[in-house]
Amino acid sequence: MKRTGAQIFVESLKAEGIDTIFCYPGGATLNITDALTDISQIRQVVVRHEQAAVHAADGYARASGKVGVALVTSGPGATNTVTGIATACMDSIPMVIFSCQVNTMLIGNDAFQEADIIGITRPCTKHSYLVRDVKDLSKIIKEAFHIAESGRPGPVLVDIPKDVSSALGEFKYPERVHIRSYQPTYIGHPGQIKKAMRLMLHAKRPVLYTGGGVISSNASVELTKFAEALSIPVTNTLMGLGGIPGDHPLFLGMLGMHGTYAANMAITESDLIIAMGARFDDRATGKTDEFAPHAKIIHIDIDPTSISKNIKVDIPIVGDTRNVLMHMLKIVEEEKDAYKQHHNIAEWTGKINQWKKDYPLTYQKSDILKPQYVIERIFELTKGKAIITTEVGQNQMWTAQFFKFLKPRTCLTSGGLGTMGYGFPAAIGAQVAFPKSLVIDIAGDGSIQMNIQELATAVQYNLPVKVVILNNGFLGMVRQWQELFYEKRYTWTHLHSPDFVKVAEAYGAVGLRIETEKDVDKILKQAFKNNRPTFIDVHVNPEECVYPMVPAGASLKEMLLV
Amino acid sequence: MRHTISLLVENEFGVLSRIAGLFSGRGFNIESLCVAESLDPTISTMTIVTTGNDAILEQILKQLNKLINIIKVVDFKDIDYVSREMILVKVNAEEKTRAEILRIVEIFRGKIIDVSSRTYTIMITGDEGKLKAFLSLMKPIGIKELVRTGPIAMARGERMLKIKEQTEIKEEVNG
Ligand SMILES: Cc1ncc(C[n+]2csc(CCOP(=O)(O)OP(=O)(O)O)c2C)c(N)n1
Ligand SMILES: [Mg+2]
Repeated sequence: MKRTGAQIFVESLKAEGIDTIFCYPGGATLNITDALTDISQIRQVVVRHEQAAVHAADGYARASGKVGVALVTSGPGATNTVTGIATACMDSIPMVIFSCQVNTMLIGNDAFQEADIIGITRPCTKHSYLVRDVKDLSKIIKEAFHIAESGRPGPVLVDIPKDVSSALGEFKYPERVHIRSYQPTYIGHPGQIKKAMRLMLHAKRPVLYTGGGVISSNASVELTKFAEALSIPVTNTLMGLGGIPGDHPLFLGMLGMHGTYAANMAITESDLIIAMGARFDDRATGKTDEFAPHAKIIHIDIDPTSISKNIKVDIPIVGDTRNVLMHMLKIVEEEKDAYKQHHNIAEWTGKINQWKKDYPLTYQKSDILKPQYVIERIFELTKGKAIITTEVGQNQMWTAQFFKFLKPRTCLTSGGLGTMGYGFPAAIGAQVAFPKSLVIDIAGDGSIQMNIQELATAVQYNLPVKVVILNNGFLGMVRQWQELFYEKRYTWTHLHSPDFVKVAEAYGAVGLRIETEKDVDKILKQAFKNNRPTFIDVHVNPEECVYPMVPAGASLKEMLLV
Repeated sequence: MRHTISLLVENEFGVLSRIAGLFSGRGFNIESLCVAESLDPTISTMTIVTTGNDAILEQILKQLNKLINIIKVVDFKDIDYVSREMILVKVNAEEKTRAEILRIVEIFRGKIIDVSSRTYTIMITGDEGKLKAFLSLMKPIGIKELVRTGPIAMARGERMLKIKEQTEIKEEVNG
């Protein structure tokens, strides 16, 4: 039986087990849009801006571990996805973005709503396809999903011209994929792993430095076990939060620019860094020349390009983090006696615990409501059982510091690209994936306005996302740099915002406000149980800064403290 | 340091732009790039000459390997290889220099492939050293235009640029 390309598209998604897409229509999507009529297996969430469709698919993917899917029209629809795709690419999030395209015959002619989206997104996708013949469509879709979720995950773009979605072809979904030029390495080299284990056996000041790779390879249980087996302290990158429970005694907190004193000092004094699924980003390392000056470095990562890119590594291990951890756990088990005899890091643990005690994360209490307090309360009230997304800026860093992420896939934040406007649509995506969970976007008054239109989506689909706006009247993080490094010249950073309560209400959502400490618990509780999309406008201290802070270009030990 | 890299890539639409984009986006140099279909028409062979220190070269090789359409990447750093380039040079050919040009071209086993009343167009192939020597001899005579193909390279002896045995797809490890 012949089917149209649009029908083949729908059948392919079904065969792939896709249950949700985030989409926005246009002329070029119409064949596909029409073919999705009454297809109830695939939930179709229509957003209000294509950037939000991609962020929502991203939030859905991060929260669930499944591949996120977005579908948009040609030209402006496609170009609106770029920020979302770049965000996902930087953070290695598995997604497939379908963009529709003008007719094949018109490509290259500057046709109406034509954009070379393959060209535009080439540097921020893992791979991309232009479907030029309907007979290739299902194979390309299969490959796209395979590439997105295997190896180091990432976004894949598939561009479908309108004549391809209307052309007739046979539907046959390939059962397997084989791409001769793409075979990621999952199993770490046993010899390298052995060498790494030998270093760990004799190290006196080891630190595990773990990132998003632990989350994406679902390795948090193994990581925690491994850290416990050898009592090695763990620090996470922003992307790695939740990889080990935030209240675990071995956890040092986040490292880097706004990392904890204990984490940054541990790195600086360490004699062995075991990096897992982390990529030595400049926000994490500080000045690279002075990063872990006394340490040998073991680096486990599925992506060889991450290894020895910024920091020279002594023992590289290419492989899936979870797989390598399982291998290493086996060795620890087998060589129990050797570890009992040689592995002794009590002195190091003592030193670290002292740092933790002497320099905990803290802030100055005052009469004015502090943003850190609000986040502490969100953690206490939810007991950590919530999916948290963040925007970008101070709100993001305070969340990373003061919300103790207990589980993987509960911290959804734009780490690599730092995209303001990410958090709200990502929360919508996470809520679609987990309708019964409490999903909270911790936002800033600046960032929330970058995708505030998605209130309409939340209301339309009754997605009870909570947005806690830490309203400081500033683009706070930029203001902080102006305060510290530009003599308080707050050029461009003072914000005028609308009345967020009224905005929420105008969209048909709930709007609440908190102005004093004593309202915090009451209003938050009310918001968390009202089962409706809710904005909570929290007026916090306008000139609060995020501390500790390692100034850009300084080494990790040069922290400004509270 | 200069390096010669050979690639086997899928002979597909858009592959060249991915490679060129990778070099420009990451600030790597391309001195020359040659590409054409290989013995297997589904595959193209590409020779790239690039410069950079060891760390940069390592990144270039890894990043190239990471591109989905690239089947194989070989750096000739530790491999014995031959490399040749072809150039076309248009030189002044006056009455008094014609004979000398002919003689030099002969010595270098080149060919005059086009003649006008005031110019010769010469074709020469060779390795870098030979071409350099030839051009330095032509310089005083007057080079009007120069076009080079950029080098292509191949390992010596029986060594070949081949796709590895097709391995079974690894079952996904992630639960
Ligand atoms: C799309 C985008 N534009 C600009 C920036 C630069 N930037 C980083 S943080 C920040 C301020 C964010 O302000 P707000 O959302 O109010 O958060 P706050 O820092 O005040 O908590 C800006 C403008 C960015 N990260 N993303
Ligand atoms: Mg703000």
